[in-house]
Amino acid sequence: MNLKLRIWRQKNSGAKGYFQKVDAKGISPDMSFLEMLDVVNEELLAKGEEPVIFDHDCREGICGACSLVINGVAHGPERGTTTCQLHMRHFKDGQIIVIEPWRASAFPVLKDLAVDRGAFDRIIQAGGFVSVGAGGAPDGNAIPVSKNSAELAMDAAACIGCGACVAACKNASAMLFVAAKVSHLAALPQGQVERAARVERMVAQMDQEGFGNCTNQFECQAVCPKEIGVWFIAKMNKEYLKAKICQ
Amino acid sequence: MCLKFLKSSVGRKYLMAVTGVFLLGFVVAHMLGNLQIFLGPEALNSYAEHLQNLPALLWPARAVLLGAFILHVGVSISLAIENRRARSIPYACGATVEASYASRTMVMSGLIILAFLIYHLLNFTFGVTHPRFFHLVDAKGRHDVYSMVILSFRELPVSGAYVAAMGLLCLHLSHGISGLFQSLGLAGAMPALKRAGAVIALVIFAGNSSIPLAVWLGWLKAVGGGSVE
Repeated sequence: MNLKLRIWRQKNSGAKGYFQKVDAKGISPDMSFLEMLDVVNEELLAKGEEPVIFDHDCREGICGACSLVINGVAHGPERGTTTCQLHMRHFKDGQIIVIEPWRASAFPVLKDLAVDRGAFDRIIQAGGFVSVGAGGAPDGNAIPVSKNSAELAMDAAACIGCGACVAACKNASAMLFVAAKVSHLAALPQGQVERAARVERMVAQMDQEGFGNCTNQFECQAVCPKEIGVWFIAKMNKEYLKAKICQ
Repeated sequence: MCLKFLKSSVGRKYLMAVTGVFLLGFVVAHMLGNLQIFLGPEALNSYAEHLQNLPALLWPARAVLLGAFILHVGVSISLAIENRRARSIPYACGATVEASYASRTMVMSGLIILAFLIYHLLNFTFGVTHPRFFHLVDAKGRHDVYSMVILSFRELPVSGAYVAAMGLLCLHLSHGISGLFQSLGLAGAMPALKRAGAVIALVIFAGNSSIPLAVWLGWLKAVGGGSVE
């Protein structure tokens, strides 16, 4: 396959970016999108040009490192798929592909397609954890968890924190991410002690980071590679109200 | 503490939803009141007079509505400004996967409805735009709301503007109603709520637009030929 790429290039956070036209030639339809970019980078290097910087790690769709807005859609055209698991067979030969970084003021571009997702880390630091007494490993099943709670927690915990929800949201809101993290721990007995403080602190941190506000458009769930549902946002809204009332 | 809640992103969602419920309640009650025009001049004019004679009910209701309205508009503007700031560099190649047209045009439809509302108040509440229809009195000496509405709607630009505004209101409500359940944390079955939002919005559009339409089609006629010239 041959593709016409339009790749966002930006030297650093302060620099002005631009689209570079790059032709990707001889791409196998069985390659992943990132492997296609690897090929492009090899060619750029061979020509003595700077390779395109993009985030990636596990390339198995479970780490949340990869990103990229491909033709306007976070993680590309396939639903429930991360960019690293997106294969070139979903594109047409000769197609123009526009590749942009996550666009959000809270996710500043570091270089080219890599953005700083530290805002998510700070939200997790604000409350996305449970405090436990240190010591030996606890016995398995020492704390009973009902099947429903376990399923609910797992559905929310599927969030890999990639930030596609923010990238896709028309308002660059981080509500789906925060909702998944809040709901995950609120569903488990271990999360009960800090339940109210957690949602308050995480929402406060989210607001402080400069994310936008949710307007119930649900672009987030459409692009979420783990298909986390927006009903978790409804759940977080309720959690937040309850926390404020009980205060 | 309460202020902090209301200032947060989630708190303002609740504010938008709760004030939206008040405004929706008003829109429904207003429509039901107006539909009495189909029962004839006696029903509508006596209803209007009854409302005017209940200042203990009318003014608190107006105050609550005005408060809800100012909050709804004010908060939405603050949210819209923040949302724009949250993505300072837009996508060169933006795409929409799931967001409905209504949801993407809420600010615009809301602002046009606001402009229409001002016109509507000037027209029927303050009698500024059509003063010659405003001071009509029926046989019993009451404010002749029935004739005022019909004579106003006989003018095509006026009734056209009303129907167009109701179309926008329908668009605004179709997203607003389904969204408010989500915002209030009540969304269990989203597809059903989404449909409910669209159905309620369409009923409101049909109900309100039926009045100018009936005037056009000549089903509603002013008493005594309705000529004031």
